[in-house]
Amino acid sequence: MSPEAVSAAVAVRGSKEGRTEARARAARQYRLLVLGARVLLLAVVLGAWEVLARTEVIDPFNFSMPSRIWDQIVQWTMHGTAQGSLGEQIWYTLQEALLGWVIGVAGGVVLGIVLGRVRFMADVLGPYIKVLNALPRIVLAPIFLIWFGLGPASKVASAVVLVFFPVFFNAFQGAREVDRNLVANARILGAGHRQVTLQVVVPSATSWIFTSLHVSFGFALIGAIVGEYLGASKGIGLLVSVSQTSFNPAGVYAAMAILAVVALLAEGLLTFAEKRLFRWKPGAPGDGR
Amino acid sequence: MNSGNPPGGVPAIELRGASKVFRTPSGEVHTAVRDLDLTVGRGEFVAVVGPTGCGKSTTLTLVSGLEEPTEGEVLIDGGPVEGIRPEVGFVFQQDAVFPWRTVLSNVAAGPRFRGVPKAEARARARDWLGRVGLAAFADRYPHQLSGGQRKRVALAQTFVNDPAILLMDEPFSALDVQTRALMSDELLELWGGSRGSRPGAQAASVVFVTHDLEEAIALADKVVVMTAGPATVKQVFPIGLPRPRKVESVRLEPQFVELYREIWACLGEEVRITRERGAARVA
Ligand SMILES: Nc1ncnc2c1ncn2[C@@H]1O[C@H](COP(=O)(O)OP(=O)(O)OP(=O)(O)O)[C@@H](O)[C@H]1O
Ligand SMILES: [Mg+2]
Repeated sequence: MSPEAVSAAVAVRGSKEGRTEARARAARQYRLLVLGARVLLLAVVLGAWEVLARTEVIDPFNFSMPSRIWDQIVQWTMHGTAQGSLGEQIWYTLQEALLGWVIGVAGGVVLGIVLGRVRFMADVLGPYIKVLNALPRIVLAPIFLIWFGLGPASKVASAVVLVFFPVFFNAFQGAREVDRNLVANARILGAGHRQVTLQVVVPSATSWIFTSLHVSFGFALIGAIVGEYLGASKGIGLLVSVSQTSFNPAGVYAAMAILAVVALLAEGLLTFAEKRLFRWKPGAPGDGR
Repeated sequence: MNSGNPPGGVPAIELRGASKVFRTPSGEVHTAVRDLDLTVGRGEFVAVVGPTGCGKSTTLTLVSGLEEPTEGEVLIDGGPVEGIRPEVGFVFQQDAVFPWRTVLSNVAAGPRFRGVPKAEARARARDWLGRVGLAAFADRYPHQLSGGQRKRVALAQTFVNDPAILLMDEPFSALDVQTRALMSDELLELWGGSRGSRPGAQAASVVFVTHDLEEAIALADKVVVMTAGPATVKQVFPIGLPRPRKVESVRLEPQFVELYREIWACLGEEVRITRERGAARVA
């Protein structure tokens, strides 16, 4: 049902019962409808996959099938993986990604704000940062493996280089695009350069920064996984590479599914934090979606 | 009455042959203010009227120290303006309250920037919120206020710093007629009353930009009419109406009506020039 149709239904019913109630009910029904459609879509896709694989329309080995993937996840959960329990692998990857994310975000925010505020530094460092950003940074992962070894450090480093740039550019842009009126007002009210930076530039750049935080946590996970894939003793990336080398596509898909759930949970946490932080905004981001 | 300086005294604000030239993004130069002479005595209330876009806001930014004049001099208390001075308060034409701060915190911002302890800053802010009639809104965020309420936050934010020099750029234009009259009276009272709050000190020296000629006459000691852009002073009208004034009653006096007619004749010509220019540019 389209939103127009919903409000039309409200208008008809509005005369009999309270309008607010009718509207709330219509909104509730719409949400249920959306949820139902989503579940249905997932069921259809998974069902089609399963059926096509079982009837061998698509190669059941290469493409695997949902039931096998599910079995694989259950098996890993119940009996652990070859490298130890499943939880331990997830925790390892998550730790690396989180550490890389925090370092990358902190570096990106600080450098972005500083360069956004100090013209000289922006002019000097600008071209170098552009060049570094133009490099395909994922190819640094093998180099980090050589530098930092098989331990977590090389994965954290890959995550950092992936996270840093989008955060940096957003923080820089945010610091540059601060409303000039707000800066002028703060200066007239008595704020010094530092106070303007910390109390005007940083708060107005936060919405820019948060936009990049959403994408960048995904990047941190990618960095950690690619690092693990290339060489590690633990982690989900290792699960992928082991499954691949042992000709177990179901394992690869299962690892992907697990990752997706982890990423979704992280995204949820971030949205929650964002809502708390942006109470001052009309219609906090995420409300309308 | 506040009709300027004691003889030989230094004026609070003085612009001498001030010009401001902007460079537009397309590389052209645009003269916003040209060869402007203006004197504001200590404790004097000066209203500035002029056609839209003529350079009134630019003049205020020159006085505030936010911008430097391209040519000429801007003096405060006889000294050249170099940067922003603590005794200057500026109510901007555009919305400039901090959206991420609550109303109370917005008003307390000035004292906090100036190193006043938090508790005291908040107490002073609360006091001012009461005076602008927003005591009940202390914990709201600006986006939860109406345009007029936001403007009043801006006024409280400026007044809480107790400025000796007060620059106001169309401060009441976002307000409804009733609130506007109320705030105008309030402003006159604050301006007159601030003599008491700072012992030995005078009332603030005010430059008040407005499009409302009635408001200008009702409030000011003198009304400055600017030419069509680039702005320069066309004529200065001393307003001899007795004080204390009440905005609503003063505009019924015959002297007021006479002044209104006189100043409008002077201003109307510049407004017409501005409009014809705008039309010519479109054509
Ligand atoms: N930063 C700027 N760069 C270029 N031109 C500017 C800049 N600021 C103002 N101007 C120009 O200078 C002129 C005067 O602007 P100003 O804001 O002082 O007008 P104003 O008299 O306050 O008008 P209004 O009554 O509409 O507020 C305008 O023509 C404007 O386009
Ligand atoms: Mg203006």
